[in-house]
Amino acid sequence: MKLVQNYYRCILDYSTEFTPWASLGGGILIGISAVLLMAVRGRIAGMTGILSGLIPPMSSDWSWRAAFLIGAIIAPMGYILAGGVVPFAVPVSTTALTIGGFIVGVGVYYGSGCTSGHGVCGMARLSPRSIAATVVFMIACFITVFVIRHVLGG
Amino acid sequence: MKLFITLLIGMIFGLGIAISGMANPAKVLNFFDLAGTWDPSLIFVMGGALITTAIGYQIVFKTRTSPLLDVAYMVPSSKDIDARLVIGSATFGVGWGIAGFCPGGAIPALGLGYSETFMFMLALIAGIFVARLLNTKITAQTA
Repeated sequence: MKLVQNYYRCILDYSTEFTPWASLGGGILIGISAVLLMAVRGRIAGMTGILSGLIPPMSSDWSWRAAFLIGAIIAPMGYILAGGVVPFAVPVSTTALTIGGFIVGVGVYYGSGCTSGHGVCGMARLSPRSIAATVVFMIACFITVFVIRHVLGG
Repeated sequence: MKLFITLLIGMIFGLGIAISGMANPAKVLNFFDLAGTWDPSLIFVMGGALITTAIGYQIVFKTRTSPLLDVAYMVPSSKDIDARLVIGSATFGVGWGIAGFCPGGAIPALGLGYSETFMFMLALIAGIFVARLLNTKITAQTA
């Protein structure tokens, strides 16, 4: 029990390395992908929208959605198989992960999008809806993390 | 061929997410933890993605009236900032802060093979499924 507590304490304090160049490079790749998807298929690279069309009842244009998502999954797989390192740590409990995941699902359905759709593609088009959505979900996330880590957890 | 090209474009997205740190919940949560172990890296992800997309979209829309391999650009035209959008987005932000994953980060993270990502994805899919089901029911009742 003590060990478990220590373990949680230790991952709650999990700090991550500041990686401006890798993050900028990754961000540019995300952008290139979004631009290409629009140029080639005329679609917004919003993961909520793309994924929703694959959840039953599936939309009739499921094939491009599946192709895009399979690509998005196999690339990191290939990257680590080729010797690349992708840091990964989950500093929350499985309960939090599951409850959070369900809440995210409900939220992105009603909000019609997430970080990729609103935050990148919609903001890039200067869509007022996407700008509003992004400001709202970023603020909500800042507040949630503050409350969990420093009000409830502190 | 169309599908293969789409898959390649998806690969660029997945690689970008993996390299950027968005597939790592610890890093995402640290970005939002201003009062604690703050890691500002995600500003660079957002900045890089946003500037690239904004410039790229301009070029795409100015040079071609339709996509290379499809009929038309499918871009949302709605401009209304309604309660549904705001409450939905606020809900998403709360869930994101609890779990540390957003859909765009979690899908490529599936390729890293950790069981936590699969759990999050199942819950996410359940959330979208239930919300859509309830919404269709309510719409059917009021119609």
